[in-house]
Formats: sequence, C-alpha cells, structure tokens
Amino acid sequence: TACKFAGLSDISISEDIPVEGDISVPVGSQNPDDDFSTLDEPVKDTILRDLRAVGQKFVHVLYPKKSSALLKDWDLWGPLLLCVTLALMLQGGSADSGEDGRPQFAEVFVIIWFGSVIITLNSKLLGGTISFFQSLCVLGYCILPLTVAMIVCRIILLGALSSVSFVVRLIVVTASFCWSTFASTAFLADSQPANRKALVVYPVFLFYFVISWMILTFSPSP
Amino acid sequence: TKNKLVPAGGNTTTSEKTGSGSAVIDMENMDDTSGSSFEDMGEMHQRMKEEEEVTAEAAATEEDNGEYGDFLGMKGLKGQLGRQVAGEVWQAGKQQASKAFNLYANIDILRPYFDVEPNQVRNRLIESLIPVRMINFPQKVAGELYGPMMLVFTMVAILLHGMKTSGTVIREGTLMGTAIGTCFGYWMGVSSFIYFLAYLCNAQITMLQMLSLLGYGLFGHCMVLFITYNVHFHSLFYILWLVIGGLSTLRMVAVLISRTVGQTPRLILCGTLAALHMLFLLYLHFAYHKMVEGILDTLEGPNIPPIQRVARDVPVVASAVVNATIKSIAAVVQSQ
Repeated sequence: TACKFAGLSDISISEDIPVEGDISVPVGSQNPDDDFSTLDEPVKDTILRDLRAVGQKFVHVLYPKKSSALLKDWDLWGPLLLCVTLALMLQGGSADSGEDGRPQFAEVFVIIWFGSVIITLNSKLLGGTISFFQSLCVLGYCILPLTVAMIVCRIILLGALSSVSFVVRLIVVTASFCWSTFASTAFLADSQPANRKALVVYPVFLFYFVISWMILTFSPSP
Repeated sequence: TKNKLVPAGGNTTTSEKTGSGSAVIDMENMDDTSGSSFEDMGEMHQRMKEEEEVTAEAAATEEDNGEYGDFLGMKGLKGQLGRQVAGEVWQAGKQQASKAFNLYANIDILRPYFDVEPNQVRNRLIESLIPVRMINFPQKVAGELYGPMMLVFTMVAILLHGMKTSGTVIREGTLMGTAIGTCFGYWMGVSSFIYFLAYLCNAQITMLQMLSLLGYGLFGHCMVLFITYNVHFHSLFYILWLVIGGLSTLRMVAVLISRTVGQTPRLILCGTLAALHMLFLLYLHFAYHKMVEGILDTLEGPNIPPIQRVARDVPVVASAVVNATIKSIAAVVQSQ
C-alpha cells in the first residue's frame, strides 16, 4: 500500500505528456496585492493621485462630450469638495441678525446630497441602467459650473450692490445653470430609454434651479 | 474551465473514486468561487450563521473568562477577548449591510408606479384642471407617483422663491426645511386623512389613487403661486384662486363623488377635501407673500420692520406708491 500512495503523492508531470486547457484567473485576486502596495506608498502620492483623478473629471465636466470616464471610475471626492466649498460660501448668519434667512451650511449640504439621492432613485425607478453611486458622482461633479459662478458672484459683490451687478450676476448664474444641466444630461440621459429622457431631465433641471436660486439670492452681510 | 492534473504514471481510476481527501488536484471542486448561484449563497449564509453562533458562544464564555482574567490581570485572555469581539462586530456589521442591501433592493416595489411616458404626464396635468361631468360611473384614476412627486418638488421650489422675495424670517428651523415640510406634509397628510374618511364613508378609492389625485391637484396650486408670487395684485390672486383652485378642486370632488354612494358620505368627503384644498392655497399665498404695505416700508429703508408705524413725509410715500405701481404694471405687461 505504501508504494501505491507514494505514486499518487508524486504530482510532477513528465515533459512528454502535453498538458492543455485554459485557466481563467479571476481579476479580483489581484486587488489584495494592490491594496498592500498602495498602503505602503507615501501619503503625498495618494493625495496627488486622487487629486489628479478629480481634476481630470473636472475637465470632463467643463467640456462635456459623450465620454464614459466619469462613469467608469466614479469617486465621491470631487462632489464632496464642491459641496463643501459651495456650502461654506453660501452660509449665512443666524436668523436673529434680522436678515432674511440665508441658508446654513448644513442646509446646503443636505439639499445637495438629498436632491442627488432623489434624482438617482427617480432615474433608477424609471428604468435607468446607471448605478446609484455613478449617478451621485455625475450629479456632484456637474455642480462645478455653479461653484465657479458662486465665486464670480462673490467677486462681483465685493463692488457696489446695484442693479447692474444684479443683471451681470443673473447672466452668469443662468449660463452656469444651463451648463450644469446640459453636462449632467449628457451623462445621465444615455442610460435611459429614448422616450423617457424628459422625465429624467426635469428633476435635474429643478435641482440645479434651486441651487442657482440660492446662489443668485445670496447677499453679503452688511 | 475544468482541468484535471493527472500525476505522472498515476492510476486514474483510483483517483476518480476517492473523495476530497485525495492528493489529486481536482480543479472541478475549486471552480465554485463565483458565489453567484443560490446554492453558494445558501452555503455562505449557513456558514456565516454557524460562525456567528460559534463566535457568540465563544464570546459568551470568553467574556466570563475575560472578566476573571481581568480580575487576575491575565493579559493573554484580554487579547483573545478583543479579537473575538472584533470578529463578532465584523459579523454583525456584515449582517446589517446585507439587511440594508435587501431593503434597498425592495425599491423595486415602487417601480410600477413610475412607469409613465412624458405625454401621459402632460395629459394628466391638463386633465387635472378639467372637471368630469359623468359622476354616475366610477371615474378612472391613474395610480402613478412620478407626476405627483415632481409637482410637490416644483411647489417646494416655488415656495422657496416666494419666501425669499417676501423676506420671511424663519426663527426655529430653516427655509428649505419649512418648504419641504409644508409641501410633503400637505400631500401625504391630507391624502391619508381623506383616505381615512373615504374608508369611513365607503368610497371606492385606494391610497395610491388618493395620493395620485391630490398630487395632480397641486398643479393648479403651482400655477397660481407661480403667477402671484411675481405679480403682486390681490384681486388677481382672488380671481385665480377661485378659477384655477376651484377647477382643480371640482375635478377631485367629481372623481370622489363618482366613487361614493349616498348623499351624506359624499357631502362629508367632498366638503372636507374642497375646504382643505382651497384653504391651503389661501394659506400659502398669505403666509409667504409680501403685503402691499410692506413694500412701502421696505422701499424706505432696510432697517424699518413692516409692522412699526412711523410718521412719514407724504411726497415720499406718494413717490414710493407710484414706483411700486409702475413696477407691478411693467411686470404684468411683461408677463403677457
């Protein structure tokens, strides 16, 4: 019996027997090794890599073409950055100071994320093929033109508060609102069946309209 | 793909007969790493449950041992306890995540209510202002939630606009929170209340249909508010309130009448709905709208609150009135 088992335990293959077949290696097994290698790199590399990815997506938003870069590797860093910037610039004093209520930081934050979640749920319920986080990513990144408009408005408001400044701000905010809506529909509408695009575009329009309205009615504290 | 590595000079018949204890690497059994088939999921679930039970028992016994160990200062048991607890926390977290995922997957329950085409939504919006004439036959009510939800959000946006231009100061809470709370509260609350009354009055209407009906009835409200928050004419508001508000109320009332039997139930149900619907529009207009007297005060200076009475020069008041009238006339002319 010992020699039988000895023969079985020898699993080496002699060269004259051809071994054929295909072995498919699952891609997932690569990831633990990758995680280990990115854990060891210096923090500066990680931050720079993420910032570069975010910056690349900013460029994709500013020149919206039908590319799938925003969708394929989605991340939520960019939307968080934009949301925090916008909320910080929009926040106002307390209601006791006598002005009409300017939105608080938490309000703007909640509006943006809650609105994005609602639009995503709506597009999924209408039969969209885009995933939850991809949609959040697209909507968040398309706030970039509105953030730029907010910065421009604040710069304009450093001057006099007149009707000319209001008209200029109105034009800037309207232009960036159209840009945001157009950019996000360029990414989102593709995932919907053709005749229902209008049903998905309307809530996006409303969402960016509310944000634009908050930007337009922002007045600096005296 | 399946491979069978045969040892050099080995006996294939014996290797096929032996089970998992053989030294032959049988790739067939190593292939089920997909985890997507039901048997695999069931196996994984079973294993998770068993592991959880094991760790729970171990943690229970370990806790006693751990306390004993603490008392005696034995660090080895403490380390092990920490690891057990961490393992248990991980298991609990995994179970929570899978429960949450199942809850999320149940969003498919709402999917049939969003199955609409844009022209259907447009037709229903227009129909919401046209009262039906035939009340002897139960009228069809579309059970759809896309239109009502979009209308509620539109009304939130319009309310925000109205609150901003009227300078409403919200003390306890936020502007956005108040707008959302008002609109959603009305839609859900009044729908539930009328559904409850309909249940008492034996009306043939489901909760979904009631939500849909009231939601589309908000279309008239949206139109009236949009116009009157921009054009500040009280008489215009009253006319629009009666005409458009009345039409949308009549439509809802007619649908409810067609689905109810008996004079008294019809009266109760429709009277309540009509009163709530019309009064809501009235409330929205007056609560968040700048009064004409307020315009005069704010034109004079930003620091004077509208309620305070201050002696004013007559020419200043006259010029302010002329300015306000010109502005509103210009707005009316522009809107036409």
